[in-house]
Amino acid sequence: MADGFFAAGGGRHLLGLQGMHPTRIEPFLDLAESYVLLNRSRKTQRDLLRGRTLINLFFEDSTRTRTSFELAGKRLGADVINMTVSTSSVNKGETLLDTAATLNAMRTDLLVVRHAQSGAPALLAQKVDASVINAGDGTHEHPTQALLDALTIRRRCGRLGGLTVAICGDVAHSRVARSNIHLLTAMGSQVRVVGPPTLMPAEVERMGVTVHHDMEGGLAGVDVVMMLRLQRERMTGGLVPSAREYFRFFGLDATRLALAKPGALVMHPGPMNRGVEIDSQVADDPVQSVIQEQVEMGVAVRMAVLDRLSRAQMN
Amino acid sequence: MTARILFSNVRLLDPATGLDQPGRLLVEDGVIAGLDLPDGTSPEGVETIDGSGAVLCPGLVDMRVALGEPGYEYRETVAQAAEAASAGGVTTVGVLPNNMPAIDDPALVRLLRARGDETGRLTILPYGAVTRGCRGEEMAELGLLREAGAVAFTDGTRAVADARTMRMALSYARAFGAMVVQHPEDPSLARGGVATEGELATRLGLPGIPAAAEAVLIARDLRLAQLTGGALHIAHVSTAEGQALIARAKADGIRVTCDTAPPYLDLNETAIGDFRTYAKLSPPLRPEADRLAVCAALADGTIDAIGSDHQPCDADDKRLPFAQAMAGGVGLATLLGVVLAQVHGGGLGLLRAIEMLTIAPARLLGSPAGRLAPGAPADLCLFDLERAWKVSAGQLPGRAQNTPFDGRALEGRVLGTWKAGRRVFG
Repeated sequence: MADGFFAAGGGRHLLGLQGMHPTRIEPFLDLAESYVLLNRSRKTQRDLLRGRTLINLFFEDSTRTRTSFELAGKRLGADVINMTVSTSSVNKGETLLDTAATLNAMRTDLLVVRHAQSGAPALLAQKVDASVINAGDGTHEHPTQALLDALTIRRRCGRLGGLTVAICGDVAHSRVARSNIHLLTAMGSQVRVVGPPTLMPAEVERMGVTVHHDMEGGLAGVDVVMMLRLQRERMTGGLVPSAREYFRFFGLDATRLALAKPGALVMHPGPMNRGVEIDSQVADDPVQSVIQEQVEMGVAVRMAVLDRLSRAQMN
Repeated sequence: MTARILFSNVRLLDPATGLDQPGRLLVEDGVIAGLDLPDGTSPEGVETIDGSGAVLCPGLVDMRVALGEPGYEYRETVAQAAEAASAGGVTTVGVLPNNMPAIDDPALVRLLRARGDETGRLTILPYGAVTRGCRGEEMAELGLLREAGAVAFTDGTRAVADARTMRMALSYARAFGAMVVQHPEDPSLARGGVATEGELATRLGLPGIPAAAEAVLIARDLRLAQLTGGALHIAHVSTAEGQALIARAKADGIRVTCDTAPPYLDLNETAIGDFRTYAKLSPPLRPEADRLAVCAALADGTIDAIGSDHQPCDADDKRLPFAQAMAGGVGLATLLGVVLAQVHGGGLGLLRAIEMLTIAPARLLGSPAGRLAPGAPADLCLFDLERAWKVSAGQLPGRAQNTPFDGRALEGRVLGTWKAGRRVFG
């Protein structure tokens, strides 16, 4: 089930982190770290991807992820094209494979895909010659987000193993949570998932995590608090009764954060719903919140992904 | 001149009478003329078919088949389905009504029967819709449908969700001596789901359907069957809990029968792998524990029959992200082979296995098919119990290729199929 890249043997796509080979993570993060330094020095334009075409194929809106990949590609010298396909025209799913065929004919080298359906990048990967990078598929995986989270954690905590990380909120619908669970458990950290039972995926404990239904228990003594975005459509009807009730029991504020280890990191994949899952005071805390740093790490991690995949193509 | 065929050197198998012995069978003018003729008797002017020890049994009766006609001819026409059926040893099929239009009018029942007869190789036994348009609202004209030849009532792959509607259907259908067949999945619990809820669906990020969606609807309908005295048939049972409820209801004397389909005997949810849409079925494939429970229910008699649950899909119906792909798999050509895997695995005797593919479904549908009786039409299936083959999507007979068994190695292959004495396969 592991797809290339971090799997034993490597490969040409990055579709997910399930089944990844843990020994491949640290060297990858070292490479990403080198791109952090390069980005900060502003001497970033390189020849690595000169003449290569990177297409950002987004079937779901996401300004930040798309921009992050766009910057990463441009800083490595690739020709970057953004395609945002309106969701209304992809209800007839043929469009997905028709689009794949079109992009294939254009000899795209790197295809970054965001799609509302789990497994859509895997389907595309079967049909195109380009390297496919999953930029988030449905509720399945978002591997580059987990990698940038890992880089952020490693920079702050000095390691990825032996930590206790609480992932809080709408775990059921979160691809970010799934990719982070794969990565952090493989690296030897303890992961807790915290949220109401209606937002917990079935048998999630079989992914090697412990389940908590209250923030107080879930946050006690953790090194990292990772908050998840609660989509607006989940706030009404069925899963949770209202945004205010959700914040009352599952929002992160200073009082709850105080239950974690002193200096525990506060993370969020963005964009945040302030006052729904996270209080502004916590989100903007200059010491504990690393939310902006996550964004910076995102560009470096995506440069490292493009670097590795383009080298794999050359081989 | 009388057309005569003599099958010699065959293992005659007729679950209706318990016959299982080497022998010969004579066909005259499309009708079975005699069984077990003493050796040495050699009628004149016969075409002799030497079976070399292969099994000769009644043509299979597949009680659960969806056709592309009317309305979805691009998926599979009747003629194409008939070709797949012949290759699978199937000579009679029960056909689901939720097409376009739905089979909710007597003329459509007659049309389907005639379309089967036109092929010369397949008897179509249409199910009539329980509700108009299979929409689950107003009851269809059950009496007129029955009169036109509907063998039972169902909304096909759609569950009758409304309890009152189901009660009325069970009650009213009694008057016409036909059962109501339910797709056992509570639609509100299943809404939006595409895989059985659990670890695998969680890992793949696919919306889940709790296995309990089956038990919830079965429990309700068993109670309604008890209330009305109507005959209830639960289609393609796939969970441990579902079969247990049915077993208990049978012990309590409730008029209930059930079938299952080969995928639920032979595959578990891991067949989905990395989003393989050919393994997307309705109900979804289950964890291994449920598969084992279904096999046990087959062995202990809780399950009355096996139907292929044939559901043709076009390539474009399946080449989609998993959640958007159409559910269903073709099954006519693999029905016998997959059931024989249970026989080879020791879970089921051969006679019993063939019973569930012939006389048992025929009785449920009130059809005279599925017997090796003198005077009956010579619908026959000759198969080699041991011959190995491999299922390969793209190489299957018929049009639709969406088999969940792609790559499965099977032992047991149809050598020839006869419809009313005419060879239609092999």
